[in-house]
Amino acid sequence: MKNTYYLLKNGELRRKDNNLIVKACDGSEKVIPIETVKEIYIMGEVNVNSKLMTFLSQNSIILHFFNYYGFYSGSYYPKEKLVSGSLLVKQVEHYRSKEKRVELAREVLKSASYNIKRNLRYYNERGRDLEDEIKTIKNLRKHLDRQNEINELMGVEGNIREGYYRAWNKIVNQDINFEKRVKHPPDNMINSLLSYVNSLVYTTVLSEIYHTQLNPTISFLHEPSTKRFSLSLDIAEIFKPILGERMIFSLLNKNMINEDSFEKEMNSLYLKDSARKVILQKYDSRLKQRIRHKVLKKNVSYRYLIRLECYKIIKHILGEKNYEGFKIWW
Amino acid sequence: MFYYYFICKRKLWYFRNEIQMESNSEAVEIGKLIDEKSYKRDRKHIMINETINIDFMRNRKVIHEIKKSDSMEEASIWQVKYYIYYLKKHGVEDIKAILDYPKLKKRVDVELNKDDEEEIEKILLEIEKIVRDQKMPSIIDSKICKKCSYYELCYI
Repeated sequence: MKNTYYLLKNGELRRKDNNLIVKACDGSEKVIPIETVKEIYIMGEVNVNSKLMTFLSQNSIILHFFNYYGFYSGSYYPKEKLVSGSLLVKQVEHYRSKEKRVELAREVLKSASYNIKRNLRYYNERGRDLEDEIKTIKNLRKHLDRQNEINELMGVEGNIREGYYRAWNKIVNQDINFEKRVKHPPDNMINSLLSYVNSLVYTTVLSEIYHTQLNPTISFLHEPSTKRFSLSLDIAEIFKPILGERMIFSLLNKNMINEDSFEKEMNSLYLKDSARKVILQKYDSRLKQRIRHKVLKKNVSYRYLIRLECYKIIKHILGEKNYEGFKIWW
Repeated sequence: MFYYYFICKRKLWYFRNEIQMESNSEAVEIGKLIDEKSYKRDRKHIMINETINIDFMRNRKVIHEIKKSDSMEEASIWQVKYYIYYLKKHGVEDIKAILDYPKLKKRVDVELNKDDEEEIEKILLEIEKIVRDQKMPSIIDSKICKKCSYYELCYI
């Protein structure tokens, strides 16, 4: 069983024999056998060296770096082990052909908005009165079928998210006036949380893509350029509602995150280390949560659903089976 | 490749079209360990022309193939028969093969006869045809699928 390791403290990460050694600033050392490592999140200030990077490459382990404020800085993405020239060519073809690209982009948004709708329905059934918001999203989803341009699809998505975010004040028990999504820098608790959690989902998706032949830079919904592994952004859209947003509601409603979780600094809000730890624990256990997969007839983790999404895209690109995005079925 | 032909033509197609799976299966890990831990005194993994990979060879006459279990014996036999055939085509005569099952304490001798050679040539053409096809072969829906590293890719 491979695990994700989150290094929150400052210190050092190095290779010793076939193990990883994590040394914290207080001198304590922890040995991690390489076979147990899936990926590593570096959230503190950690010294690494090239010997370590080589070792991680050999074992196909990605490092995700976050800065002091908890913002994602980037990933050490080792040399690809699984490459397929023919798949790459076909992936590019699906980007270059407007028709093929729109087909995939639309399916991504249909799945994402379906999962958004499911989140609202969940809280509606628990007495939040979100009928109007659900109706709005239902209608907007129908618009997705009619749009044949990427920017039009994006426009509809914007409207869906707007309606969704408006509902958050009703979902969240705490008194946070959440008006709209603000990123640079986030201006209130929810925006900070969203930025942090979205970057976690993004990096998880990136790790899963790495273990397939898909090229992470060629995307369909997002434009494949913007200094990001944009295929990650595409696939993350589908999983943000279930992995990220549902968790945010739960964290806030259980009061595991509240005003005390943030440090007020220069007009924006930053998560305290202790709060980040709470979120990471919750996020990690969410990824490990398992459900019975209807098609595969076996238990799979939420995290593995992302891998399966990659497989479905591969099959679509190879012309074997049309892509049908993940929609929450439970 | 020859082995896959007998086990699953779809796996063969995926494999040859560069859709390879990471081994996250325990069976593969066990297989790797058996390979690592057995016959340590022999020089192992002799790759020839980037085409065949012989587990190890003794007396320059006998090639050995290490297997975890004999559940796929037919495929394994054809795999080593192909090795013998390949070597013969490259001028190495009088080669025999042994399938080693260290865990079962069992070994099986394999030789190549004239009929086999003809059969192999037919299969090679067949393989070429399969992998060149734009469409991959359909799933075999067998009980071995559940243990295959391609299971999720095939059935999702």
